[in-house]
Amino acid sequence: MSSDTAPATPALAVEELTAGYGGVIALNGVSISAGTSAITAVLGANGAGKTTLLRAVSGMLRPRAGRILLAGADLAGRSPEQMVRAGIAHVPEGQGVIPELTVEENLRVGMMSWRRARPRAERAAALDEAYQRFPPLAARRRKLASSLSGGERQMLVIARALLARPRVLLLDEPSLGLAPRVMAQVMDLVVQLSREHGITIVLVEQNARGALAIADHGVVLNLGRVVAAADAATLGADVALRHHYLGF
Amino acid sequence: MHTFPRRLGAAVAAAAVVWFLSVRLGTFRDYQIAEVAVEVTAVAGLSVLTGLSGQISLGNGAFMAIGGYTTALLLLHLNWPYIVVLVLSAAVTAVAGGIVGVAAARLRGPYLAGATLMLGVALPALASAYQGVFGGDQGLNVTFTAPAFLGAAFPLTRWQAWVSTVVALVTLLLLANLCYSRIGRNWRAVRDDEVAAALDGVNVAVTRILAFAVSAICAGLAGSLLAIVTSLVAPGAFTITLSIALLTAAVIGGLGSLPGALWGSLLIVVVPTYITDVATSHGLSSSVGSNIPIAVYGAVLIVVMLAFPQGIQGGLRWILTLFTGPEPRTRLSRDAPAPHVTPPADEAPASHHEKEGTP
Amino acid sequence: MVEFLQFTLNGIVFGMIYAAVALSLVLIWRGTRLLNYAQGAMAMFTTYVAIEVIYRTGSYWAGFAAALAAGVVLGAACQLTIIRPTMNKPPLNAVIVTIGLLTLLEGLAGIFFGGQYRSFPAAFSVTGLRAGGTPLGVSRFDVFVTLAVLVVTGALAVTFKYTSAGLRMRAAAFSTTIARLSGIRVARVLTVGWALAGLLGALAGVLVSPSTFLYPDSMDTIFVYGFTAAVIGGLDSAVGSVIGGLLLGLALSYAGGYLPSGASLVPVVAFGILVVVLMIRPGGLFSATQVRRV
Repeated sequence: MSSDTAPATPALAVEELTAGYGGVIALNGVSISAGTSAITAVLGANGAGKTTLLRAVSGMLRPRAGRILLAGADLAGRSPEQMVRAGIAHVPEGQGVIPELTVEENLRVGMMSWRRARPRAERAAALDEAYQRFPPLAARRRKLASSLSGGERQMLVIARALLARPRVLLLDEPSLGLAPRVMAQVMDLVVQLSREHGITIVLVEQNARGALAIADHGVVLNLGRVVAAADAATLGADVALRHHYLGF
Repeated sequence: MHTFPRRLGAAVAAAAVVWFLSVRLGTFRDYQIAEVAVEVTAVAGLSVLTGLSGQISLGNGAFMAIGGYTTALLLLHLNWPYIVVLVLSAAVTAVAGGIVGVAAARLRGPYLAGATLMLGVALPALASAYQGVFGGDQGLNVTFTAPAFLGAAFPLTRWQAWVSTVVALVTLLLLANLCYSRIGRNWRAVRDDEVAAALDGVNVAVTRILAFAVSAICAGLAGSLLAIVTSLVAPGAFTITLSIALLTAAVIGGLGSLPGALWGSLLIVVVPTYITDVATSHGLSSSVGSNIPIAVYGAVLIVVMLAFPQGIQGGLRWILTLFTGPEPRTRLSRDAPAPHVTPPADEAPASHHEKEGTP
Repeated sequence: MVEFLQFTLNGIVFGMIYAAVALSLVLIWRGTRLLNYAQGAMAMFTTYVAIEVIYRTGSYWAGFAAALAAGVVLGAACQLTIIRPTMNKPPLNAVIVTIGLLTLLEGLAGIFFGGQYRSFPAAFSVTGLRAGGTPLGVSRFDVFVTLAVLVVTGALAVTFKYTSAGLRMRAAAFSTTIARLSGIRVARVLTVGWALAGLLGALAGVLVSPSTFLYPDSMDTIFVYGFTAAVIGGLDSAVGSVIGGLLLGLALSYAGGYLPSGASLVPVVAFGILVVVLMIRPGGLFSATQVRRV
């Protein structure tokens, strides 16, 4: 399934992207490409620029320089609402669900990027599909999202992301704060998204080992720059790299 | 203004300028100087409370009322020398400020604003309700004369201007000392992050209450000055409009900045008068003419606030950096650079307490 | 006994007015974390629009509708022009901007409509109703006021809970980030929020002005009590606004009626209630969360 080199027109390509906050440049001329339907892991220590990268791609942070190419078209500088409609969905760290809304309402929010013209029946059908795929959510559809366990919340996050029918999904630390067993379940879900639905996934993870286990490609950031980019197996085998940047 | 000698020097220089102006300009300008001095005293205290300690108060007019009525009552019934009366008024207001501070200790943001707003409305109502002691809606008259050694021909307004200016400058001096002291640092620490400050060993409640007491003292002094400058204390002089004007002056001047208190006070004293002059000199009908200053004042507030988010003092500093390059970060008032991130900072409702002045 | 009933009913009617103002404040607060200090002045302005329309067309309901429409337009216009620039700045800036707006509107009202007190008509008869032979202390108009606020509040509640527009507003209020990342145009949602708040304020204005007369400052006190009601109820809770409004209306009615020099002491009583509530629950009666403590 994975390839050794990035395909000719990757689903998502970032070229020389530079972004920062106030006087601080957090991302300095970063270039990455994410293969279609592949899982690309973005790794590195805290402060390396991983979250900044996702925020810049999704439009939450206006980049200072560089291009963001979705299937070849440059989207840099667009607002988050526009990015979502173009097909880039972003789940920020620790902010997957809206706790004050019910499970069903959270899922409906996921469909808000759909064109208005799409008929109600389609939305209802999509919702039913989500409940079939994720039975625990169906059981709790009218409960507040705040009452869900950590694993269930992440399930809701992924279900909602799926409903947005994105081409590219940016996931920031989806396994944060979860017990190891639950972490594994979440990772399985992520794999499902790419294999079964063909969604291109960009996965930021502190848990580098777990991420590399499911990823096709990996990119390592340090201090806002790319220090390594290769397929996951090669990165995993590079012991020096792992020790220095990835902590294992 | 990091060292005391420098601050003292600045205060003495300011006093000299005021002395010069008060002698040169006429009675009306003396009255305006006194007005500005009164406002500066109150606004400086509020600016410190809200800017440095992070607590909003829409009711400092109530503390001015306490200071003013204490002064009026003491002068009326006991006729003690003004300096004594002034200190006592400050003391009474300090106690009141402490009590309010204790009651408000757990309140944040709009809840504190609501409570202090209601305080500002309720306290003057007390004076209206109890005619016997407080003189009801007519209020109490205050007699205040210049000391004999100045001679009979010495204009009272000039003496009032001098007294107010001295009190204002002394207040500013003491406030500056406080702000640069450990207490000031504690205020800023509590404002920025209460939990971290508490972990550092700062007594959060005491720090906040102290800030309230200090701002109340300043307002009390200002109220006392107002009593002797206008020769009257009445509920109508201490309406909620006054409290709001104080906050407006503090924010427009530049929150947490003592020079800002001066700019803000100048603005709220001079602008309405100037515009009223222009309106009446053009012979506009009274209904239109008396409302144009109000409308323009409102427009000025909006425009200044949108153009200078850091207040006038912030605007001046920015202009200065155009010539001298960026300043080192030693100022008192908070820099609040707006983050360049496109969405507004995500704030879950009431899941953490509100902080004033947080970008 | 009759007196008590009259004070109670009177308190409920005014309580509904305070609730309407409180609701408009909560609407804006939940969406934007801003307190609109100009809410009362905006209501005053739209009431002036109503009275001008009534004067020219002779129809009360035309004026009523005009006020509500003006409220929507004024709310949206203010948010688009002067509130948006304050969005990423220190929150006190927005406070001063709305205070400036309040002053500006009061000045403009004085200029365009004159400063004298004007009487404002009531929709229905204001003579007291009677049950059998006993006077009830409320009029048809009072009943209308109560029903109008309840109906509008109910309609808003239904809209929020059951429509997708309402879901958009709630999502944007609870988590701006997730809302934007889900494709919700948060900026538009905020404008709609202000427009709805303007509508509520306009409603409060036409409902209360028959009792208070209309002049540039006439909504100031109503605003203060509406704000107090919102704080008592908890700024995040719409239900709290209604309950806070009723509580305040009743308490102030009893205080004004039973206490010696009661009319002057009404603000003092309001302050007392506020302090008691906030000492027990610093976030208002219906605040859900605790202040973070060490």
